[in-house]
Amino acid sequence: MTQPFRFPGKGLLIDRTRPVRFTFDGEAFEGFHGDTLASALLANGQRLMARSFKYHRPRGVMTAGSEEPSALVEIHEGAQQTPNVRATMQEIYEGLDARSQNRLGPLGFDLLAVNDRLSPFLGAGFYYKTFMWPRAFWERLYEPAIRRAAGLGRLSGHQDEAAYEKAFAHCDLLIVGAGPAGLMAALTAGRAGADVILATEDTRPGGRLLSDLPQIDGQPAPLWVEAVMAELQSLPNVRLMTRTSVTGSYDHGTFGALERVSLHRPSSEAPRECFWRIVARHAILATGALERPIAHPDNDRPGVMLASGVSGQFARYGVNPGRVVVFSNNDSGLQAARALTAQGVEIAAYVDPRPVAVTEDFPVYPEARVTGTRGRLGLRDVAVQHGGGTSMIAARTLALAGGWNPTIALACHLGARPVWEPALQSFVMPHDRTPGLTPAGAAAGFLSTRAALLDGRDKALAALAALDLGPPSIVVPQAEDAPYAIAPFWAVDAGGRAWLDFANDVTTKDVTRAAQEGFTSVEHMKRYTTQGMAPDQGKSSNVAALAVLADATGQGIAETGLTTYRPPYVPVSIAALGAGGRGEGFAPRRLLTSDAKSRSMGAPMIEAGLWYRPSYFPRAGETSWREACDREVRLVRVNAGVADVSTLGKIDVQGADAGRFLDLVYTNTMSGLKPGKVRYGLMLREDGFVMDDGTCARLGSEHFLVTTTTAAAGLVMRHMDFVHQAFCAGWDVRLISVTESWAQFCVAGPKSKAVLERLGIAPDLPFMGCRALSLNGIGARLFRISFSGEEGYEIAVPTRYGAALFDALVAAAEAEDGCAYGMEALNVLRVEKGFLTHAEIHGRVTADDVGLGGMVSAGKDCIGKAASQRPGLLENREQLVGLMPVNQGEELSAGAHLYNEKDPAERAYNQGYVTSVAPSPTLGCWLGLGFVKNGRARHGEVIRLDDGLRRRKVLVEICDPVFFDPDGGRMRG
Amino acid sequence: MVNLTPTAAFTGLPLTIGRATLTAFDPGPVTAIAPYPGRDLSRALAPLSFPAPGCVVDGPGARLVWTGREQAFWMGSAAPDLTGLAATTDQSDGWAWLTVSGPDAVSVLARLCPLDLRAQSFAVGSAARSMLAHMQAIMIRTGEDSFELGVFRSMAESLLHDLTGAMRGLAARDAL
Amino acid sequence: MRLACPCCGPRDRREFTYYGAADYLDRPAPEAGLDAWDAYLHLRDNPAGKTRDLWYHDPCQSWLEVERDTVTHAVHSVQAVAGRHA
Repeated sequence: MTQPFRFPGKGLLIDRTRPVRFTFDGEAFEGFHGDTLASALLANGQRLMARSFKYHRPRGVMTAGSEEPSALVEIHEGAQQTPNVRATMQEIYEGLDARSQNRLGPLGFDLLAVNDRLSPFLGAGFYYKTFMWPRAFWERLYEPAIRRAAGLGRLSGHQDEAAYEKAFAHCDLLIVGAGPAGLMAALTAGRAGADVILATEDTRPGGRLLSDLPQIDGQPAPLWVEAVMAELQSLPNVRLMTRTSVTGSYDHGTFGALERVSLHRPSSEAPRECFWRIVARHAILATGALERPIAHPDNDRPGVMLASGVSGQFARYGVNPGRVVVFSNNDSGLQAARALTAQGVEIAAYVDPRPVAVTEDFPVYPEARVTGTRGRLGLRDVAVQHGGGTSMIAARTLALAGGWNPTIALACHLGARPVWEPALQSFVMPHDRTPGLTPAGAAAGFLSTRAALLDGRDKALAALAALDLGPPSIVVPQAEDAPYAIAPFWAVDAGGRAWLDFANDVTTKDVTRAAQEGFTSVEHMKRYTTQGMAPDQGKSSNVAALAVLADATGQGIAETGLTTYRPPYVPVSIAALGAGGRGEGFAPRRLLTSDAKSRSMGAPMIEAGLWYRPSYFPRAGETSWREACDREVRLVRVNAGVADVSTLGKIDVQGADAGRFLDLVYTNTMSGLKPGKVRYGLMLREDGFVMDDGTCARLGSEHFLVTTTTAAAGLVMRHMDFVHQAFCAGWDVRLISVTESWAQFCVAGPKSKAVLERLGIAPDLPFMGCRALSLNGIGARLFRISFSGEEGYEIAVPTRYGAALFDALVAAAEAEDGCAYGMEALNVLRVEKGFLTHAEIHGRVTADDVGLGGMVSAGKDCIGKAASQRPGLLENREQLVGLMPVNQGEELSAGAHLYNEKDPAERAYNQGYVTSVAPSPTLGCWLGLGFVKNGRARHGEVIRLDDGLRRRKVLVEICDPVFFDPDGGRMRG
Repeated sequence: MVNLTPTAAFTGLPLTIGRATLTAFDPGPVTAIAPYPGRDLSRALAPLSFPAPGCVVDGPGARLVWTGREQAFWMGSAAPDLTGLAATTDQSDGWAWLTVSGPDAVSVLARLCPLDLRAQSFAVGSAARSMLAHMQAIMIRTGEDSFELGVFRSMAESLLHDLTGAMRGLAARDAL
Repeated sequence: MRLACPCCGPRDRREFTYYGAADYLDRPAPEAGLDAWDAYLHLRDNPAGKTRDLWYHDPCQSWLEVERDTVTHAVHSVQAVAGRHA
């Protein structure tokens, strides 16, 4: 491998002793350690790297950094592929598999390049106009065809199995960018003892000092960078984060940052990327400035680059640009031409629209402009129009220098608007617009090296003062301090298409057409043309596009204004944002103490909030959940069953005012409850609707234990905290969750006593009683409550004994011909009894709706009482009813709506809806609970259940919601 | 009468990955203490005292760890009788405890927890309530590089999953 | 976004749960009448500027009254709901 375009002796970042082999579109290439994909391909003479978004024009590299709009590629790794990777940011590694994207056929002969011929028809807004008729064709034909042809890279379609990471960091001072201003600021703050994070998206600090190679204190800039870094690395209070792009600025000093952890290596266990949330008391934005191109006809060929891109590729990687034409409207372009020529690069022409009167070592064309380029897949000639006519100048590289845009996106994320600075022909952010965040150096408009160094120090000193840290002793080194002059010159109008936004294929014509069609606001122009909406977010095109718009509308640039900058500054993979959140990491899994035993018994687990609960416990020979569920229900009704009910929320309420407090949160009166007794309770929201139900046990005169439903445990705790802290903080009452302290099991059925006795527990409790008990010295609690309608007990033991107790209870139940039962059976048992869950207490029902209006005590205030008595909540309500199929064998479904028999299934005729259903082995048919208009007065009426989703229509009889043992004799025992 | 044997909250510990180690530990009896308004607990708690927010008060055989608004955990021995002074609740079983230690302990936690873990903000010998991944947690800094962590006992397995994931990522970074 | 919990100091917004306007603290008397209850439950200002709202700091279980600015996002004060009359 010859790497014919590697310049001898150049390339600060590459190690020529370490060749690296990689492939591009399957072809083998060799580069050096430290190369990016872009620099390695350029060094090999491969200028063509991509096809453009819309017209499939041949494209190459324009930059040497993260702003690259054109050279976007796919990186393949095993079954994975990452699209739209900027070739300028992808470091090469042994075996890297990079491929061009957005093409049909080979990169050099893309069949979709036909779009380019069709460009007169494909300009901005073309699909709004062209594909209007016939209307039906849009969805079926036009849109799918356009979508296939548009877009850039493709995803693999496979799960991304790689590791990603997210992390938090905190510091006094975050410095974004490690160029001259960032390094100077870090040195200043580091010496002063501030806790500093210095983040750079580059692989090493230095910024444009590594591209422009100015002299600092008489030595080459890289030596100064090395010395500064040596000092910074010796300071324990300075943390350097390389390959880290700060992506967003958020409220109160929070920043997002994306670290490319291992994208520069073959895939491994290491995270590919890490998304950081950095919290900083102050931030300095030393993000530099981005050069912008000049729009001229055919300015998008491979080989047309930004001047800074040419310098960067040359100095950092030793890429030889060949013969270079520089087209510049400002002094930095001239500087770049001088610097390149001094280092041995051949400058074929310096073209400047200004009347520059200089004599250089290369041909200078003042008051001239570039009017076109030639070279199908790579630049060959540049057409230069000058005083003497138009010359075709042979060149391999055209370097565009259209001025500099300070990189102020992060300063705008919180809403601050930048201001137009005519001297720079750029927008800048005044230093006081964003509290806690200060632009410095080129980002603040200080473009010379010396000015950037000075400003870096000064902004750091100001930040230190704000942080109450004293100024350190520091001297700013001498460096180049050339003045900067620029002429406003944005586009060459010489016929043909001149590109503004290379990533989204937007030309000057698109922008002027938008203006002609009335999209004169910059925000409208952006959306109509899609300028600035590509992955690069218009980094190189925004200001030029709005300048062209301003010209078309006759408004000034300042009046036209910029579009709004929003995070992220660079593309962030969703995988990094969601790191750790896949599979088990999605949410904590709350496991019962009975979990292992249930799984060993073959129980499928279902999620209940964060908890995992057994669905049913299949026995040999049972082939469906129904068989297991039916058997479990039957055994509970005839013998005994055991279920883990630890998921119910448990809140310990203590204090002399505990009863008074519970009277305020419950509708019924808990203060009158006798110690050793349990009462069913209802809580309302303040708007009068039911929030939750549960039991309240009085364990002692000043000690209550409240249970909540599984789903509402957190909500009820928060609510009780609110009532306590907002309305009665001075009372003698204290609340604490004890959900996790106790494992609690329900034993239900006619033989529940016998099951307990097998464990040596005396079931000597009346219905709704509770007491403490000792299990061989282990403090436990026994409650006699029932959610099944059978005689039932709940035993609570300290959680560490839960697994052992569940084992013992299951064994005892089986010895009494009973069984463990799961959520399915639990649901059937409670539906048979008309007991409520959050299917019924769904947030839109009152106590009266569910038949518990009598539980709202008349004699006291409680949360929600006043609102529950609003006139609108008292009449013509949908009330809780039971539903039984008229034909016994028919299945019911929850979520179905109810209509009078002859009425159509339309909203106007709706009579109510079904909330829960259960196949009842006890009654031999499906049962439903639901709400029906004035339902309590309609028992006996036949109504139609209509399930439009399952296409099910069933006639059902409205009945009392308590289907089984309405007197409750069985649970009282 | 049934004889119940206890189950440990964690299995598979201690565990070292890279430069961090997880070790389960038994904090002994844990009692939540929530003083009623206006009560003076100083005599009842002596020689310990009720901790200010974020503080841990060490005493012979026991410590008082601040764990929330108007609440502290008495850890290590049976709490004194505080009848009429404070609500007390046994929390010995409600939490799963482990220690994360080693040179990467801070980095491991920084991958799960939004808390400022710098020594000036979270000093050795102090306590914090915060979140680990999505779990409510009690965190006690016992050394520059060691922390005691408590989460709801039912979430012990998730805590291990998240901690070991962070540890593996850090170890793999070292290998780059 | 960060809020300074009076107990715990400055914390990331993910530790907090938003509840609504601080009007919820001004609970009318039970017999205050329909209009008062309607206003308490349903009528809220939507200010461009200073606003008072309620947040719950989940880790320490403190209810907080936060005065902040909906335009600038500045947080002017955070105080414990329980101590607001103190």
